[in-house]
Amino acid sequence: MRKYLLKRIFYLFLTLFIVATATFFLMKLMPGTPLQNEAKLTPSEKASILAQYGLDKPVWLQYLIYIGGIFKGSLGLSFQFSDQAVSYLIGSRMGPSMQLGGQAMVVGVIFGIILGAVGAIRKDTWADRLATVVSILGIAVPSFVLAILLQYYLGLKLGWFPVAGWQGFVYSILPTLALAASPLAETARFIRTDMVDVLSSDYIELAKAKGLSKFGIVYHHALRNSLIPMVTLIGPLAAALMTGSMVVENIFSVPGIGEQFVKSILVNDYPTIMGVTIFYSALLCLLLLLTDIVYGIIDPRIRLSGNGD
Amino acid sequence: MADNANNLEIKPGDFEPLDKQAGPDNEKIAAPSLTFGQDVWRRLKANKTAFTSFIVLILLFLMAFGGQAIYHHDPNAQSPKYANLPPKIPGVGIHGLNGHITQSGQDVDAYKQAGAGSDVHYTLGTDYLGRDLLARIMYGTRVSLEIALIATLIDLTIGVGFGILSGWMGGRVDLFMQRIIEILSSIPSLVVMVLMATAFQKTGMASIIAALAIINWTTMARLTRAQTLQLKNQDFILAARTLGESAPKIAWKHLLPNLSSVIIIQTMFTIPNAIFFEAFLSYIGIGISSPQASLGTLISDGQKNFQFLPYQMWYPAIVLIVLMLAFNLLGDGMRDAFDPKSKR
Repeated sequence: MRKYLLKRIFYLFLTLFIVATATFFLMKLMPGTPLQNEAKLTPSEKASILAQYGLDKPVWLQYLIYIGGIFKGSLGLSFQFSDQAVSYLIGSRMGPSMQLGGQAMVVGVIFGIILGAVGAIRKDTWADRLATVVSILGIAVPSFVLAILLQYYLGLKLGWFPVAGWQGFVYSILPTLALAASPLAETARFIRTDMVDVLSSDYIELAKAKGLSKFGIVYHHALRNSLIPMVTLIGPLAAALMTGSMVVENIFSVPGIGEQFVKSILVNDYPTIMGVTIFYSALLCLLLLLTDIVYGIIDPRIRLSGNGD
Repeated sequence: MADNANNLEIKPGDFEPLDKQAGPDNEKIAAPSLTFGQDVWRRLKANKTAFTSFIVLILLFLMAFGGQAIYHHDPNAQSPKYANLPPKIPGVGIHGLNGHITQSGQDVDAYKQAGAGSDVHYTLGTDYLGRDLLARIMYGTRVSLEIALIATLIDLTIGVGFGILSGWMGGRVDLFMQRIIEILSSIPSLVVMVLMATAFQKTGMASIIAALAIINWTTMARLTRAQTLQLKNQDFILAARTLGESAPKIAWKHLLPNLSSVIIIQTMFTIPNAIFFEAFLSYIGIGISSPQASLGTLISDGQKNFQFLPYQMWYPAIVLIVLMLAFNLLGDGMRDAFDPKSKR
């Protein structure tokens, strides 16, 4: 286990290193400097601004400084907000994003499990069909369309929730709903398929034969076994949430990382784009690693059959 | 019994030769024998949802690629005079399709307000530059589909090639190739797409296709590799090898046909994924740029006027949703059709 863990951590760093290198050189290929009103500046002013961002050095040195900086937690300075460190920018915007992502994950997974379980238990009835329709719609309706519709109909027309902004829990309800749709759909589909399998297995038949209540069977025997493979969904769900957060945060003007990312892309703020890219990759890599570790702990069969490969 | 058997006299005349052609044909199979493809098609047809999705997809493709032959409107022709006109179909009185809008609680004929003659009508209305929305939706759907299909084709080629090679070679090559996939798939695909789209600043089809193609092939490669590993130890492959067949020929003639169901099913899920990411990139403003249109840009444009002219976003959004739905449902149906063992 320890050897496996070390190997995985090594690959995690290798991945991040490749991401950082690729992003750095891609961004270097692009036009654009931190200079504003370039025409009005004197050469010495220009030079001092470039020096502030470290752009006066040769590219290879800039690269070494950048990679070295990452180990110290520095991601360079933002072009858009002068004098602001990218790491500070990300740090200050992490709260809302994490809150939204966490809420959406909890809402999506809980309701997804309920929906999927109901679908599997009442297989081929109207309840199953309804659950299927909801889950397929959750996959087919893009989060940005859903966000706009929620904002307009529940926010503006009915006035139940604030339309946009970030001043407390009520403000997080609509964005959470918009974000939760895709995890909900994925979870429901996954649980339904898995539980249909589990419900037809021998030990469920035995439990039935022993006269256990229907709830007892589902809760103690079926659901628990279906939940184990659910762990593998965490990675893909987290990636989907990152994607969703970019547009959802934008639509509801939530001051999160996703919103900042889109803004930076549109104004070519390369250091911030790089920083957020590395941050997202690190987050996903860590989640994937955690998933594998947790999976190994809760499902002993994985450990026996060797670790992946 | 024994007596009877002993007394039984058998004379040569008791036997007569049986006509080879005559007699009950016990071996006859009543139904015509089906090829694999026919079998899949038959099962797909039995699945109503999947079959409906299939028809819907054909209709959408016809609309996107052939619609302009029937509906002669230039998707890029601007007529600012007729900007933001609601849908109007002559002879239809339903509100929302008759050219009327509700303005501060009153029903107003928007076409009259704009000074349009009675011969002017836009089936799905116009956008903020007075461009025909239906024509733009047809055009946008075509661009979206083209991007998704080309990207998927590239994914398919890279993924299947990589997967077969990795599975077939085994050993160190396989290990190395698996590491590449592992690393690539732990980078959020969105991030790669955004990077590619920003890197090829000339936003447009090529950059999106490149972005989509770079990241999406890993799933396909993984699936084909797993399948190849299973297949390569089977007897028919061994036979082919013993007979001296070359590796590329084995891959082409023996592996690929056996991989086809996995490939087709995965493709059915790659396409909607590509459509979604294209719409997503175009929506946040780094995808297709005007005057080109895609479903993403149409939704993004429509969103600006959503409060007053909801149809501008609803129609492209509906097309996008129907497209995604149809591909996903057809994919589900295909999976069941290709694998009779899978439980519904």
